Formats: sequence, C-alpha cells, structure tokens
Amino acid sequence: MSGATNMTQPALELKELRKSFGKTEIIRGVDLVVQPGERVAVIGPNGAGKSTLFNLISGRFGPTSGEVLLHGKRIDGMRPYEINRMGLARSFQITNIFPKLSVFENLRCAVLWSLGYRYTFFKFLADLEDANDRTEELLEMIRLDKKRDILAVNLTYAEQRALEIGVTIAGGASVILLDEPTAGMSKSETTRFIKLIREVTEGKTLLTVEHDMGVVFGLADKIAVVVYGELLAFDTPEAVRANARVQEAYLGSTVADSQAGGH
Amino acid sequence: MAKQYYEFKPYNVGRWIIWGFFALLLLFVPKLFTSSLSVTMLSQMGIAIIACLSYNMLLGQGGMLSFGHAVYSGLGSYMAIHALNMVSKGTLPIPVSLLPIIGGFAGMGFAVLFGYVTTRKSGTPFAMITLGLAELVFAMSLMFSEFFGGEAGVSGNRVVGQSVFGISFGPGTQVYYLIAVYTFVCVALMFAFTRTPLGRILNAVRDNPERVEFIGYSTQRVRYLAFIISGFFAGIAGGLGVILFEIVTAEVVSGIRSGAYLLFTFLGGATFFFGPIIGGVLMVLASVLLSEITKAWLLYLGLIFVFMVMYAPGGIASLIMMNLRVASFGFLRKLWVSYLGLAISALVLLLGAAVLIEMVYHLQLNLSMGPELRFIGIPLNAHSPDHWFGGAFVMLTGLGLFELCRRHYVHEWGEVQEDIEKEIKRREAL
Repeated sequence: MSGATNMTQPALELKELRKSFGKTEIIRGVDLVVQPGERVAVIGPNGAGKSTLFNLISGRFGPTSGEVLLHGKRIDGMRPYEINRMGLARSFQITNIFPKLSVFENLRCAVLWSLGYRYTFFKFLADLEDANDRTEELLEMIRLDKKRDILAVNLTYAEQRALEIGVTIAGGASVILLDEPTAGMSKSETTRFIKLIREVTEGKTLLTVEHDMGVVFGLADKIAVVVYGELLAFDTPEAVRANARVQEAYLGSTVADSQAGGH
Repeated sequence: MAKQYYEFKPYNVGRWIIWGFFALLLLFVPKLFTSSLSVTMLSQMGIAIIACLSYNMLLGQGGMLSFGHAVYSGLGSYMAIHALNMVSKGTLPIPVSLLPIIGGFAGMGFAVLFGYVTTRKSGTPFAMITLGLAELVFAMSLMFSEFFGGEAGVSGNRVVGQSVFGISFGPGTQVYYLIAVYTFVCVALMFAFTRTPLGRILNAVRDNPERVEFIGYSTQRVRYLAFIISGFFAGIAGGLGVILFEIVTAEVVSGIRSGAYLLFTFLGGATFFFGPIIGGVLMVLASVLLSEITKAWLLYLGLIFVFMVMYAPGGIASLIMMNLRVASFGFLRKLWVSYLGLAISALVLLLGAAVLIEMVYHLQLNLSMGPELRFIGIPLNAHSPDHWFGGAFVMLTGLGLFELCRRHYVHEWGEVQEDIEKEIKRREAL
C-alpha cells in the first residue's frame, strides 16, 4: 500500500520536532511522515520520549521548535481542543474519563462537538437524535451497552480502558493516538482488546505506544523506534526486526524471543 | 436499535407531576401561611431559591467555588433600584414587573465583564479571584455613594403608575405572586439548562477538565458561558429583592451575602439539582426565625455547617436521596430505630451545647440585666456553677450517646447497603 498512498498528503507529519524541559532535551529532532490509514506502533525503552511525543502532537505541550502538520496544516502550538476539532483524537496511558458521569454520558459528551452542537444551551440532549444514535452505536462497538447507565468510576479496569478508547474515537477523528492502550491488562484481556482496537479504528490512521512486542508486530503496518528522544528507525515490522541498529540499541533479545514464538 | 434513552424526556409524565406539584405549592402556600411576616418570608424564599440555584450552576454543576456570587445578584439589585427610580420619575416607561429582567441583564453584564477574568482559571485561583473581585466591588460600594447610596443605601417605591387589573404591587401577596411566577420560570429554565449540551459539558468540565480539552471543548469557554448564565439568574434574584424590600444597601454585594449563598447551597446539597431549593428555604428560615430565637444563631449555623461538611458532604439533598434508595428496596424500617436514637442523642447534645452557648452570650452581652436568663423556657443563672456543670454534663452525655448511636448506625447502614447489592444481583439474575 505504501507506493500508492505516498502520492497523497500525509495524515501526520513531524518536522525536526524538539522539546526541552529546562535544560534537558527530551525530544531531539524527530522527523516522521505517517500516511493516511497507516497503523504505526511507537516503541522504545522507558523514558525514551514516546508519551512526550504524543503530548506534543495532541497539543498538551507546545514544542520548543519544529513543526507538526495534520493533513498538511500546521498544528504545533495549538490548543488541544483546536487540534481535536481538526480531526485528531488521543487516549491516555492513565485512564482519563469523566468518573461521575454514566458510561452513556461519557460517550455522548465526546460526540457532541463533532456533530456541531458546540456550546448549545437551547436544545435538550434527549432530542438530539443523531448524537444519541451515535452514542448507542459506540456503546455497542466498545461492548459496554449493558453498562450504559453505570457511573464510569464503578466500571472494572478493563471496561474503563474500553471507555477510554470509546471517548477517543467518539468524535470520528481520522487520526487516533493511543498511549499504551493495554497497559495493566492481563494477557487474555490484551488479546481481546487489540481485536477491539482493530475494529474501532478500521480505516483510520493509528499511532499507538505499546510495550507488548507480540502485539506490536501483530497490529502495526509500521514501527517507529524512539530511543533517547530520537527516531532510530521507522519501517515495516520485518525491516525493523532486521535493522542492526535497532537490535543493538533496544530490541536485542526481545526480537529473538518473539521470532521464536516465545513471547 | 432500541431507543431507551436513560434520561426522561422533559415532557415525561413523572416530571409533569413534579412540576405541577411545584406550581400548586407556589400557588397555595400563601393561603396556608397568611400573616404578613410569612408572606414576606415566602417571597424571600423564592428569591433565595433562585439565587442558590444560580450559585449551584457554578459550584455543583461546574465545580467552580465562587466566593463572590453576591456581586452579580447585588449589582443586579442596584441596577434594578435605579431603574425603579427612573420609572417613578417617568423617564423609563416599563412596568415594575419587568424590573427583575433588568436586574438579570445587569448581573449578566457584570458576569460578562468579571467572568472574563475569573473563568480563565479554575480551582483555587478561580476561588481567589472571585474573592478579590467581591472585596473590590464591596470597597467600591463605599467609595461611590452616588451609585451605591452610601450607608443609607438607595431606596425606591414599587407602587408607581396606574395599576393594571388591580395589580399595583402595593399588597405583599401581589409581590409574592410576582416572585412566585419568576421563581417557577427560573427554576424550570435552570433545570432545563442541566439537560442541554452545554449543561452536560459543564459537568464534564467539573469532573475532568483536561479530558474535555481533548474532545473538542475549550474548558475556559464552557466555564465563561456558564458563569454568564449564572450571573443572569443571580441578577433576577437581585431585581426581585428590589421589588420586595424597596431598598438596596451595600450588604447585598458583601462577602457575608456571598458566604451565605455558598453555605446554604452546600447545606441544601450541591450534588443534586433540587438541593439549593432546600438551601434557599433554610436560608430564610435561619436568618428570619433562628435569629429571633437566639442572638447566637450564626454560631449555631456554623456548627451545623461543620457537622454537615464532616458527616454529610452531599448536603440534605443527598441524605434524602440515599434514604429514598434504601426505602425503594424496602429496607428503611431496619434503620428507623437508629434514626430515632440519632435524633434523640443529637437533641440532648444540642440542648447541652445551647445552654452553654446561651450563658456565654448572656455574660458577654446582657450582664447588666442580671445573671438570670430564660432559654426556651428553662430558667438559667449564668453565675451558678451548677448550671454550667449541668449544661456541660448534658452536652457530654449527648455527645457520648450520639457517637454510640452513630457507630451503630454506620454499621447498620453498611449492612443495608450490602443487602441492597444482593437484592440488585438477585433481580438481575431473574
């Protein structure tokens, strides 16, 4: 697919992106081009700057220098809500939902802006057929339709992670960033959850931070290896596996394990 | 797809009954309490209900702890009384019944102005800025006596022009019914607000402002809009106060008034829509009736507030709702003995504490009239050690009993909750 999509505009592009906190440079000049519909796994050791990279793209922090382009438009330095309105949504490593609202309300809140309801205060939520239908659809997609009226705080951990994904995709963004979606899940939960992620992000551009190498090689079209704030490699899983620098710097035995089917 | 939306539509039957009952209550309550004092109190309650509900739009629904809500109701009052005086002079051709709307727009205007600054921040900085602005406005009220009327305040006369269909707003009941109409409409509108997209996103901003920014909303804009709408309703309450009292003094923008809104909204219950309605009613009962019974009423109020914050942070509304839940599962009869125990021991505790508080107040304020005093019919002597020991003994006994009852009650409450969980599971299994 890479040959054909190279002709179109990239979904996401990072140019010479840098971020310093005080004197410490966390992101040290990252260039990355993600084509529409690609699934990219961002891997790297702890503290490599993966989450910071997501925070820069999604507008949680502004970069120190460099550019971020979403569908060819610069978004670096914009507020998170402006970036979200342009079609980029993200999830969080630590579950970040609305604890005192029901599952249904969580999702409906996330749907409202994209359907154009904005700051409306002269229409009843109950009358917004399109928003309610879309919310019902999402409930079924993330398999929480039986929990619709339960407060988010009372869900199990795995259910909260599913809701986190639901809130992220609700607005129909075309570029989705998932920060360690399977963090803290058991092996079997992870397998089911990856299937869910595949389903709900069908046809979208996906960037995900992931630690489980089995998952990474199963889910991603491309892998971006971040080490010490630099992009060490960005290629197909096979090429990354074969990349000597990656093996040396980071993967090492892990790759051997997963190739042997032990992971 | 089955359309079983979890919230009721506004034209749902149960809701009609509740709103119908509310309307009937507003209509007939002056027939039950006919004295002029009670009609004035009922009028004040209507105003307090609007004010507390508008405050709760910030506190309960938006998580904004404002220490300066009286600024918006108070400035609404000032604008309304100046408008009233213009009506009297014949320079402003509007009926008196529309003055609260002027108050509302004034409150809204000042909320647009001040809210732009305050709502840029949330949490503690927000609270600090509202406190600062409240002090600023109160200080200005003493500086610009032209507008604020200085110590004497600004007074007016609500009976102006020709009476329409015999309504001159001279008699107190006519004023009451005007306030009742405003109360009903404002309560309905503020309730409707909680069912709109902005109202719901405001809840989301309260719960998790960071995430709201990642679903397309500017939290600052959400807070600002809610602040403006809240200012509008506060201003209406202020304008109604003008028609009721025909005088506005600097007290209406004071920190004491802002504090009262906070205190009674919290007592009533900020987590439920109807909580501040209870709060508004209590506010008037406390400031009119409790202050008649004892000079130390603010102290009692403070004690009750501390108690509520510690033991029932959801306010009276949440106590009601929690017990309604228990009642709906039919378990309330298991608890009534505990409630009786709690009530009796609390009364004993209160009685002992009240005896001591009244004697302290008597020593401080009324000693020239001799050491004897009567408190709810009990003769006391502030110079008699027996009475001090007696009061202390009753209080400590009450405290001990209350603590025993409370522990027993907490245990029973836990058991009942477990039973309810089991019952829910059982029903799900069916």
